[in-house]
Amino acid sequence: MEEYILDVRDICKSFPGVKALDHAQLKVRPGTVHSLMGENGAGKSTLMKCLFGIYKRDKGDVIYCGKKVNFPNAHAALQEGIAMVHQELQPIPERSVAENIFCGRYPMKWGGLVVDHAKMNAMTAELLKEVRLNVKPTTRLGDLSVSQMQSVEIAKAVSMNAKIIIMDEPTSSLTENEVEGLFTIIDSLKAKGVAIIYISHKMEEILKISDDVTIMRDGKYVGTWHADELTTDLIIQRMVGRELTNRFPHRENVPGEVILEVKNFTSPNPHSFQNVSFELKRGEILGIGGLVGAQRTELMEGLFGIRNATGEIIFKGKKLNISQPKDAIDNGIALLTEDRRATGIFGVLSIEDNVSVASLNKYVEAGVLLNDRKIRNLVNENINKLSIKTPSTKTKIQSLSGGNQQKVIISRWLANDPDVLILDEPTRGIDVGAKYEIYTIIAELAKQGKAIIMISSEMPELLGMSDRIMVMCEGKVSGFVDGASATQEVVMDLATKFMQ
Amino acid sequence: MERVKGITGKSVKEFLSNNAIAIMIVVMALYVGFTKDNFFTFGNIHNLARNVSIRFLVALGVSGCLITKGTDLSAGRQIGFAACIAGTLLQRPDYASKFFEWAGEYPLFGVILGVVALTSLIGVVNGIIVAYLKVPPFIATLGMQTLVYGITLIYSRAEPIGGLRNDYSNLATGKLFGISYLIWFAAFVALVMWFIYNHTRHGKYMYAIGGNENAAEVSGVNTNAVKIRIYATASILYALAGILLSPKSGGASVNLGNGWELEAIAACTIGGVSTNGGVGKISGILIGVLVFEVLKVCLQFLGVESNFTYIAQGIVIIVAVAMDIRKYVAKK
Repeated sequence: MEEYILDVRDICKSFPGVKALDHAQLKVRPGTVHSLMGENGAGKSTLMKCLFGIYKRDKGDVIYCGKKVNFPNAHAALQEGIAMVHQELQPIPERSVAENIFCGRYPMKWGGLVVDHAKMNAMTAELLKEVRLNVKPTTRLGDLSVSQMQSVEIAKAVSMNAKIIIMDEPTSSLTENEVEGLFTIIDSLKAKGVAIIYISHKMEEILKISDDVTIMRDGKYVGTWHADELTTDLIIQRMVGRELTNRFPHRENVPGEVILEVKNFTSPNPHSFQNVSFELKRGEILGIGGLVGAQRTELMEGLFGIRNATGEIIFKGKKLNISQPKDAIDNGIALLTEDRRATGIFGVLSIEDNVSVASLNKYVEAGVLLNDRKIRNLVNENINKLSIKTPSTKTKIQSLSGGNQQKVIISRWLANDPDVLILDEPTRGIDVGAKYEIYTIIAELAKQGKAIIMISSEMPELLGMSDRIMVMCEGKVSGFVDGASATQEVVMDLATKFMQ
Repeated sequence: MERVKGITGKSVKEFLSNNAIAIMIVVMALYVGFTKDNFFTFGNIHNLARNVSIRFLVALGVSGCLITKGTDLSAGRQIGFAACIAGTLLQRPDYASKFFEWAGEYPLFGVILGVVALTSLIGVVNGIIVAYLKVPPFIATLGMQTLVYGITLIYSRAEPIGGLRNDYSNLATGKLFGISYLIWFAAFVALVMWFIYNHTRHGKYMYAIGGNENAAEVSGVNTNAVKIRIYATASILYALAGILLSPKSGGASVNLGNGWELEAIAACTIGGVSTNGGVGKISGILIGVLVFEVLKVCLQFLGVESNFTYIAQGIVIIVAVAMDIRKYVAKK
């Protein structure tokens, strides 16, 4: 038997302008949990995508069960026994649990003409027992909770006789009890000799469950250690690769008078935000912490008029009615959305169009015509000010790196000179260098007196950038903490305050 | 991020593959031109350009819908609708089988304006159905296609409408500086549309909606209003096409323009209006329309039976779109 079931050697992968992987490595022993760690943008997902053939690697070898392999796509990898449980699951919610597990390889009868439902459901029941999921095989998948769906996904991997199961942030939307359940499943999989590649940001979890830990930074391999050789501090130090104090710029903003007051903000959906009240001052960075599912994004979308909500918004001393984004924008509120691809960029349009789209009203002359020269000046000014790296203003935004795309969208909002900027996960999917630049921009804006709300799921970012932190749990505000004195533990305690 | 300056092997190859259909048509036209007489004559080219002019108006109309990931299947029937209404109101007073006995000699441009305004209402309804009722444009305009056909049938009693007034016919036959009014008019409309697409808020918002509707909404774009405007503009262009097509073909009938939407959609796609939305240029649309019309004339000159031209057109559509899609398939 080989020592390693999977041996990934010297993988390199470049995208335009970014070297995403630079001689990355990963050696996984069978029957172990191997954690892969690194900051967002360190290249973990890219490495997995290269392994699965979703991206073509530029260089490097993958040795699986002693053989060199090069999977053309995820399906081929699955056939060979490498399965992935996705961060964003991709199930077919309208079909049954059994059909989701056996999609594409249904057991057949009558000479392969008809799907054998009885057999499929029986096999599914067996699998569900194995992952300790107490639902019927015929249940509509969409009726399950996220953690149950995840178990279905794991059952699917088990049914494929997977030798390696990759779990990408599997606990990000689970409660503590559900996490315990997942760990039990992982233990039983380990006992069967299955290797788990575990990708997570949660230190305690990693240290508890892992046998080995590989750390990546900026697309490079930092090293692999046994979990018992590591501590949280050591991991962070190796992930970040420099003193923590350098990760955030020095801030000189001084919070002033209250500009925005939100009172009893409540969603019509009882599972979403309820009775949220807070104040925001000029020149203040208010961080919003919480777990995935804490309804932070929904709250901000409510404030911005994308979602319905009741409650009061008092802006610059006046009551404000916001029923659509335009109302918010006209009053000087801007929202940088969480999902850049879905609600941020116009991929096929130029940088110029992407920057100007929210402020075209300012450039209309003679009733209809747009002043192209002024628009171009605006765009060029922003490209310089935020140091956006692009060949020209006509370049399509989709060809820029994530960090530059984010700066383009920040420019879009700055063009309106807003008083309040809501930033939802402003550094998601951005490489480390660009993150610092975004932080600098945020700090500078606060210094200019703009009020900033920053939702962040990255604890260091939340602690490092906020003047105050509002923590949410299950749609409710669970507390406020002072940014300077807050610790990870305090925030985590608040983030799980209302969970059973 | 590449910036290729000058001619390289790669840039030539890219140019060829991006314009393959247009290049093939040009080669074909050159071949026909040098082997057959009368192809490269002013008369032939001028006639071709007149055909292109009206098709171009329709393609311009439908392009806005396509750029916002919509479509408009009611275009052809709206052409018939506008043509019939204009025709019934602009017949010669002495014409034997006059449609409305009572119709007087109404001012030409007044009637045109009225018909355009009336037809634009169809577009407004299309837009409302697509924007507010969230009916997929394919279905919404499919329903409208049948609905408008019914209205036109009832209105026209399925009778052909001939005997158009001279001043009306003159729109299609008259010339300025030796060139048909139709061509001048299409060029003017194209210029206006180019302006709208590139230098107005409406145009920018249209591309933004096509590029990413959710992002457009978050950016404060009133997407519903923009969509309604797009479908209304489209209807205005169909109305103009119908009003001009009727005197060009010597009369109106309920079936005038039937099926034109499909050719217009195909022409737009060949001209680079992306089926994924957010992309499309006026110049490209013109090329797309030209491809079809030149193809038709070439095949005609080569003596290909007209039924076969449909097969050729079908192949061109499929090949062109297949090549267009290739450009957008993610490069891994």
